[in-house]
Amino acid sequence: MIGSLDARLPEGPLEDAWTNRKFALRLVNPNNKRRFTVIVVGTGLAGASAAASLGELGYRVKAFTYHDSPRRAHSIAAQGGINAAKNYRNDGDSVYRLFYDTIKGGDYRSREANVYRLAETSLAIIDQAVAAGVPFAREYGGLLDNRSFGGAQVSRTFYARGQTGQQLLLGAYSALMRQVAAGAVDLHTRAEMLDLVVAEGRAAGVVVRDLLTGEVSAHAGDAVILATGGYSNVYYLSTNAMMCNVTAAWRAHRRGALFANPCYTQIHPTCIPAGDDFQSKLTLMSESLRNDGRIWVPRALDDTRPPERIPEAERDYYLEERYAAFGNLVPRDVASRNAKAVVDAGRGVGPLRNGVYLDFSDVLARDGADVVRTKYGNLFDMYERITGEDPYRAPMRIYPAVHYTMGGLWVDYNLMSNVPGLFVAGEANFSDHGANRLGASALMQGLADGYFIVPYTVGDYLAGRLGEAGPGTDHPSFAAAVSETDASIARWSAARGSRTVDWFHRELGRIVWDHCGMSRSAAGLAKALAEIPALREEFHADVCVPGSAATLNQSLEKAGRVDDFFELAELLARDALEREESCGGHFREEHQDAEGEARRNDDRFAHVAAWEWAGPATEPIRHREELEFQTVTPTVRSYK
Amino acid sequence: MSPTEPSGAAHGAQGEPPDGPATLNLRLRVWRQDGPEAPGRFETYEAAGISPDASFLEMLDVLNERLTLDGQEPIVFESDCREGICGTCGLMIDGRAHGPQKGTATCQLHMRQFSDGDLITVEPWRAGAFEVIRDLAVDRTALDEIIAAGGYISVNVGAAPDANLVAVPKEAAECAFDAAACIGCGACVAACPNSAAQLFTAAKVQHLNLLPQGQPERWARTEAMVETMEQFFGSCTNHGECEEACPKEISIDFIAWTNRDYVRAKLKNRKLAGQS
Repeated sequence: MIGSLDARLPEGPLEDAWTNRKFALRLVNPNNKRRFTVIVVGTGLAGASAAASLGELGYRVKAFTYHDSPRRAHSIAAQGGINAAKNYRNDGDSVYRLFYDTIKGGDYRSREANVYRLAETSLAIIDQAVAAGVPFAREYGGLLDNRSFGGAQVSRTFYARGQTGQQLLLGAYSALMRQVAAGAVDLHTRAEMLDLVVAEGRAAGVVVRDLLTGEVSAHAGDAVILATGGYSNVYYLSTNAMMCNVTAAWRAHRRGALFANPCYTQIHPTCIPAGDDFQSKLTLMSESLRNDGRIWVPRALDDTRPPERIPEAERDYYLEERYAAFGNLVPRDVASRNAKAVVDAGRGVGPLRNGVYLDFSDVLARDGADVVRTKYGNLFDMYERITGEDPYRAPMRIYPAVHYTMGGLWVDYNLMSNVPGLFVAGEANFSDHGANRLGASALMQGLADGYFIVPYTVGDYLAGRLGEAGPGTDHPSFAAAVSETDASIARWSAARGSRTVDWFHRELGRIVWDHCGMSRSAAGLAKALAEIPALREEFHADVCVPGSAATLNQSLEKAGRVDDFFELAELLARDALEREESCGGHFREEHQDAEGEARRNDDRFAHVAAWEWAGPATEPIRHREELEFQTVTPTVRSYK
Repeated sequence: MSPTEPSGAAHGAQGEPPDGPATLNLRLRVWRQDGPEAPGRFETYEAAGISPDASFLEMLDVLNERLTLDGQEPIVFESDCREGICGTCGLMIDGRAHGPQKGTATCQLHMRQFSDGDLITVEPWRAGAFEVIRDLAVDRTALDEIIAAGGYISVNVGAAPDANLVAVPKEAAECAFDAAACIGCGACVAACPNSAAQLFTAAKVQHLNLLPQGQPERWARTEAMVETMEQFFGSCTNHGECEEACPKEISIDFIAWTNRDYVRAKLKNRKLAGQS
């Protein structure tokens, strides 16, 4: 049972909070740093940057990734850019404005101190990335270019063509490989974390499986950092990579770490609509397309004419009409819900009637194809490769898809979970985005956590551990965790039912999408809470996992991940049911105004819901961390 | 034709009836190999009723589901982002790295590029440095070794000056970016008759060598990365197959520049040695 949740928020005015906290954090002297082993799980933006920074500081670092190389983490897929309050454009940006936009964008469901620190740290991230050779876009004078992104009214987004995530990850990866070569980081590739070891009340290590040989091994560390990404793949179809999963975070949850706000999921408005059952994932088309593309559907129901035969007067540019100030640039949650509304009303377009048009004919007529190609060429090409349709000639078809999860393991201001010694960074934690993440903020958070926050706060934790030898792998907790992992692998690899793991994953995804997707209701969530455990039981009884556990076995890997998704899905639905308000990505049909806009309930729900695992088939315990707003006043988010 | 001119042909897919275009019936010759030491062999499979809108990997997903339900082991192949950016996937399709479509990674290749009745041969990357792990999956850690040898700028976190302190000419930045677009898939190695990794290495070297930030370590980096590459891979003899296979269409000009930098690095470093 957990006591009260202490977020260890800093005292004093926001502007000085992080500086004061950094001064208060204890230091470990250089000679002592090498006595400590820090385990980092996941080597995407947050994990690679954390591992590299800790290696540079002199700690012994063990880094684990299930990929064959750290460069493959899904951070690479972020297209649009990274925010920083540099105000290089002289357009009125500031740390305070980035803070304000982020906390408002998160629908007032995040901590002021965390968000302020994120905005403050954004400045150093850009400096670090440029020094490391990240080729950001530049002006003719040789200085950095910026653009407005995701509805921001200032140009604060730094970008690298449509590959900002890829280039930033390559920067962090190169820093990591430098530390690997220097012997500071011991890198384990194709090694999947399957359990967290908690001994004497602290995070003491991890259990990993070598994906090539099947060997299960235990690793001890003085602190453990999870940077294992988000859980969008609980929906089966999402823009996440095929292997993204919740397993590392979920196993930590089962060992006592609280899981916060699982119902805060982000549905990105501009993705290519799903095709048929064979569809394995969805592809995002950068949000930057909304800067020039106009979104519309036919006004009439069941209008199957091709788009160019539909006259202007019979087109419904619904975002422009409804949100005069922001138009097509409204935040992601608003754009997504509106797309769902028109498709549900029977005005969807495309062969499956499951999309809306994103039309570039105005900008093509105004600026010409060459200008459009310079801006969006790679995106247009990608669209054509996937759909076989040419967006220079016909409007794109888009539809929202699950993209990012704001929820994650609960952490305090120091990014430490309620399990001492367990830190969580990047998308895997819940810390900075509240109920909705703004565009170009995910890369910012991953690198802030990894480069500039965790290296300080882990040091503070370790300073308190000087002279205390942590439990080694001979501690009984390690043996117990390894044998539980072995037993679970043995159970899966003996499964010879009649359906594939993917079949169950797809069915689970359908339930979660239908009832815990863009719009949620008490009745739907109750249905999900009945259907998920029933399907899970069937999964256990009837799944087929061919092959042996002593070799590369992708079905076996997936079986364990999908099993964890089942448990997470239930928690997600429960969290959504308990949160009787609409905020950000969480839209409850019962809580909307007459025009269908989200209605928050600050009196009852201005808090973080942090769930405690209470055992299998037992109702989890909901803890609350109240959110206090001292600098900004929560208002109704309006984009009209 | 102007880009905005309506074209009936362009709307073909949208104008299709809801049941969609006809499906493809294919035969696949797939390389199966149980482990690095085990002998490999081709197996032939029927892939019937495949949608032309499916990607090549989704076609293999469908086949794998059928194999699993038939009590067989699914074909091992690797992929992750399925957006052509992470570099995890990579198959030899009818003898071509990433298949017939230029500038396209395997995951972005769609079945509309094939015809009903086709026999398609699918193999793993073939190169001495890329040991087959299982079926179509290979070990590409040699590429990481090249990066560890010098594919970075040595700047500790916290030491960076303001990002706009050093101006980078736009042309240099763009050119560095063209090199930085490499996704590390290894298609260049697979396509090369010598299994050389020159295009990968050159892209990584030039990304940093072209930028002002990369100058202090330029010569040491070039020498270390090229010589590490040579420990694992064959030699370049200018076939140009790498550029043809590269899903990011990276130019072999970078190889020429890297050769030039390598020669200069040898001279520069010899000079340094003479001074010490």
